[in-house]
Amino acid sequence: MSAALLIDILLWGSVAGVGFIAWRRGRSVLVSSLREGSLEFAGIMPRIAIGVVGSGYIAAVIPQEIITGWLGPDSGWLGVLTAVIAGAATPGGPVVGFSIGAVALKAGGGPPQVIAYVVAWALFAFQRVILWEIPFMPARFVWFRAAVSVPFPFLAAAIAMAIGKP
Amino acid sequence: MSDAPLKDPPPAGGAAEAEPPPGRVRKPIGWSMISILALVLVSAGLVWRRDGAEGVVEILSHDLSLFGGILPRVLAGCLLGAFIAEILPHEKVSRSLGPKSGLKGLLIGTAFGAILPGGPFTAYPVAAALLTVGADFGATIAMVVSWTLIGYGRAVAWELPIMGTEFTLWRIVISLPLPVLAGALGRFVYARVYPNGAPE
Repeated sequence: MSAALLIDILLWGSVAGVGFIAWRRGRSVLVSSLREGSLEFAGIMPRIAIGVVGSGYIAAVIPQEIITGWLGPDSGWLGVLTAVIAGAATPGGPVVGFSIGAVALKAGGGPPQVIAYVVAWALFAFQRVILWEIPFMPARFVWFRAAVSVPFPFLAAAIAMAIGKP
Repeated sequence: MSDAPLKDPPPAGGAAEAEPPPGRVRKPIGWSMISILALVLVSAGLVWRRDGAEGVVEILSHDLSLFGGILPRVLAGCLLGAFIAEILPHEKVSRSLGPKSGLKGLLIGTAFGAILPGGPFTAYPVAAALLTVGADFGATIAMVVSWTLIGYGRAVAWELPIMGTEFTLWRIVISLPLPVLAGALGRFVYARVYPNGAPE
């Protein structure tokens, strides 16, 4: 709980900090950004509602074995590919993603495949995209960002294979 | 007496255009949200068939409490984004993070994403604010990818304890070049998809 409290303090502290700077620039700057921010909040709420309330259902119908079964040892580039898909399809927050990665490592999954999994999860995890990225960012940016990110889990796995680490 | 037909009062001096919607506020529901909604409804139907009504209600109540919990953070994120969009000097941002900012712009975006505190509720509103004040897709992609891949918050809080130090450090070392590469690729593709600048 203390981590969540720390995040909230940091977050509202930053809001207060930039709000103070805006206020120093003049009352109208403060008022117009408050208005802009509230309008943004009102516009985003329905999207967040659909994302939060809905993604629980999507997560509930994805079978766990699809994700864990795909990270087998000696799976080579096919294993990397499946790891990337599994990373994108992993529901839940960082605990779930990293725990699956840790289980895969302990169960003998190849480190490059697990690297690809973690990187793909960071780049594409569908719940984060649905919940946060699509509501806040212009849709065109999100699809663009996701499309140009596709090569990078593979690149990360290739680097891991080349340097033989971790 | 006054049998003059009561017409609609004339609009008071062009008041129809009094409040143009600000550029940042988008339509609340677009095609992306409609497809997500469809996916959600199908999944909810599958849960209902598998677990019955209790299963549906259980997930709904859990997610509703989650929704209530994150709303204040979403508000904070929106305010943060609005303040940053307001106080950042536009011409400076477009010089250091715009389409012509070169490698330096990608590096600034990467550094910014790596040190940004908070979670997704800060990263995405701030990224959207950068876009509106003149950062290009490339620098913004570098920032978002850097936040997800080398941002210290998640690595320290979750990855180190769960995955172990060796894996985490190597994973981050391997990820270091990726935000700049992703931003460069984004810029390269953007210039070819939209040769005449952004549509709209």
